[in-house]
Amino acid sequence: MALPSARELFSKISHRMPKREWMDIPVEIKPGRYCYPANPKSLEYVGMPYARQWSPLDEDWKLPENWMEIIRTGMRDRLDRFRTFKIFMDICVRCGACADKCHFFIGTGDPKNMPVLRAELLRSIYRGEFTTAGKILGRFAGARKLTEEVIKEWWYYFYQCTECRRCSLFCPYGIDQAELTIIGRELTNLLGLNTDWIATPVANCYRTGNHLGIQPHAFKEMIEFFCDDIEEVTGIRPEPQFNKKGADILFITPSGDVFADPGTYTCMGYLMLFHYLKEEYGLDVTWSTYASEGGNFGFFTSHEMMKRLNAKMYMEAKRLGVKWILGGECGHMWRVIHQYMDTMNGPADFLEEPVNPITGTKFENAKSTKMVHITEFTADLIKHGKLKLDKSRNDNIILTYHDSCNPSRGMGLLEEPRYIIKHVCNHFYEMPENTIREQTFCCGSGAGLNAGEIEELRFLGGLPRANAVKHVHDKFGVNMLACICAIDRAVFPPLMDYWVPGVDVTGIHELVGNALILPGEKERETNLRGEPLPGKEG
Amino acid sequence: MKATYSLFLVFGLVLVALIGVGGLGLHYLFGVIIPYVAVLCFILGFICKVLNWGRSPVPFRIPTTAGQQFSLPWIKQNKIDNPSTMWGVVLRMFFEIFTFRSLFRNTKVELYDGPKLAYASAKWLWLFALMFHYAFLVIFIRHMRFFTEPVPSIFQFIDKVDGVLQVGAPHIYITEIIILVGLAFLLLRRILDPKIRYISLPADYFPLFLILGIVVSGILMRFFVKTDVVGIKQITMGLVMLKPVLPKSVGTIFYVHLFLVSVLLIYFPFSKLMHMGGVFLSPTRNMINNNRMKRHVNPWNYPVKVHTYEAYEDEFREKMVEAGLPVDKPLEQSPAENKE
Repeated sequence: MALPSARELFSKISHRMPKREWMDIPVEIKPGRYCYPANPKSLEYVGMPYARQWSPLDEDWKLPENWMEIIRTGMRDRLDRFRTFKIFMDICVRCGACADKCHFFIGTGDPKNMPVLRAELLRSIYRGEFTTAGKILGRFAGARKLTEEVIKEWWYYFYQCTECRRCSLFCPYGIDQAELTIIGRELTNLLGLNTDWIATPVANCYRTGNHLGIQPHAFKEMIEFFCDDIEEVTGIRPEPQFNKKGADILFITPSGDVFADPGTYTCMGYLMLFHYLKEEYGLDVTWSTYASEGGNFGFFTSHEMMKRLNAKMYMEAKRLGVKWILGGECGHMWRVIHQYMDTMNGPADFLEEPVNPITGTKFENAKSTKMVHITEFTADLIKHGKLKLDKSRNDNIILTYHDSCNPSRGMGLLEEPRYIIKHVCNHFYEMPENTIREQTFCCGSGAGLNAGEIEELRFLGGLPRANAVKHVHDKFGVNMLACICAIDRAVFPPLMDYWVPGVDVTGIHELVGNALILPGEKERETNLRGEPLPGKEG
Repeated sequence: MKATYSLFLVFGLVLVALIGVGGLGLHYLFGVIIPYVAVLCFILGFICKVLNWGRSPVPFRIPTTAGQQFSLPWIKQNKIDNPSTMWGVVLRMFFEIFTFRSLFRNTKVELYDGPKLAYASAKWLWLFALMFHYAFLVIFIRHMRFFTEPVPSIFQFIDKVDGVLQVGAPHIYITEIIILVGLAFLLLRRILDPKIRYISLPADYFPLFLILGIVVSGILMRFFVKTDVVGIKQITMGLVMLKPVLPKSVGTIFYVHLFLVSVLLIYFPFSKLMHMGGVFLSPTRNMINNNRMKRHVNPWNYPVKVHTYEAYEDEFREKMVEAGLPVDKPLEQSPAENKE
């Protein structure tokens, strides 16, 4: 589907509310706004229920016969298991503070994309099915009947939420739409309603260890390609280790970094850093082909699926006998590791409390989970002067930095990447304060929404982020957007081309890789992308 | 429409009290039975609701972090918005509950041709919500002078401070003005802002009109339809002492006021007004962000099916060996060789 021009698309955005009340507007499934349903084979592979061929555009979604019972039981069960669910169903006062905080509402103007209404889609059923007032007073109490239409509406809108939690920051009671989307998606999954862009990576990850389905030999091969490239640029060839028992540290990063530009350059950055640390300080890092995925699309399916996929990290760390785990640049991966992993699959009593063997720094904040974020690790190395850096190599870059939703609002990793940036890059400008740090805007494609068929939706959702980049692009000539998320790295290049042509995308460790002076390296002529370094353009 | 329904519902309630007391003389019902039922309903309802919330566990520690995490020793942590200790959470909750900190962040998105988006500051909701809630609190405390004898000095003091303007006779309370202004803003915003009107339910207008009714009946009683204050105190103290008395000198307006308050108390535990209790229990605000430091236990954590390394190696062993990757089990000999 051809997209209209940026100006045209923008001019179509309207925040005017419809005349009819939202409960009276039946859901209209629009092409370009929904992801294709899951391939039944992917669901079957991991044992998800009611795998079937169905089309969102059809009248009949082939729901299981007892779907109503499944939803009722599913909701009751989740009300019993999640205090968040109960409280968030009960206490919203519809103050509207969240309404214009959602990038999908800002971009689409669809009122059901206001977090408050997205939650009301669920709340209205909760009132009708589980509260006395709702059962008696019906619509006057904000309740409505559970119908197939409602299920369609749920599916349509819960997959137009990227679980970024920006709404929860502004909510006076901390009501978190991400939590409700997660639970809502669990409910749709009970009826076999999913999207292929989530279900197939889940099945892949379960089998091969990563979302992309890269098999062990290919994984190794791909990384060795990067080593070839690094050798070409620096004259030094890193020798990464795979599945090595007894290594100090197990490194896990999203497979997107291994697969697609510009994430691949970030991956080269990791490889160069580990090579440097091995040569200079004897640090022994291993990659794993089995735990070859940092991300976790199970998180976008159900709590159970998240746990099933995440289990590999600890299992592999235990099998290899490493001391602790280091994690690469990724967004939702870090929400899962920080807020869920230890609870689900811990305690990690077979690992040691993480200490940076080079600086002696104890990572106090990771002493139970035993997994450290690579920007925490690298920032610590730089702080202690353990890395030789030539930041002038990044002088062609005028940089701004995008805080990924999950590390910002589900962790608080804000200064670490900035500290690294300031030591590897001379020209750095922040975007306006309402759009960064804890108030950061989503890329518009998180939580499993990075599918080609919803490009228009993604570009509309990514508008607030792109618009902030445009601000610094116009003002300071920013030509590079840094981020610490593999989804971001996949999503931003086309998003920038659309809204802010002339801005490229990089991971933090690509910048590190370019600045890092490897022992014995030749004089570099180009950066990792093969572009001439500053002063070498001639 | 939703607003009108709710308004008429409150008018209806006023009418019920007027007819019940003024017309039918049901003083005992409206002065004793309903207030007792209401208080009981409020207390039990509130407790039940909170216990019901408490019955569901918090399986995961999911605070919304709103600042720099506790990390390396030289990185400055935001100890309130991203607390890593219990004290941090106490402070975070304190600011949340007493200053509406999250609402203070509020912004308003604006679209400009450009294309351009901008975010304007939008603190009005914060300001008027704060005014409304504090005025309500002070009025509530001020009313305690009707339920205590002798009146503790703290209530007398608050009463005095609230009436410090000394305007008119009887003098106007500051909170009377503030709560009216606050209510007016909250109502007008709901009616006039298209987005807020769109998301509003009858359950959003009803409590506003109900509280407005309570405030207005209270003001009427003091300034316009004067009634016997000493008699009122006899009634309220009678209710407190469980020895109800109903002096004839107290006018119907008081019963209207009392009835609306009773309705509010009964309505409270079944409505969104429970945000008063819920805000304390919201897991995204009241949890410590020490996730990687201290393991959080999920009481219903159950074992799941996983794909083990063994199964993985079994599937890919040949390719792994070929690629020079280490394997746990060597490649199997062919069955024929095994037999030998």
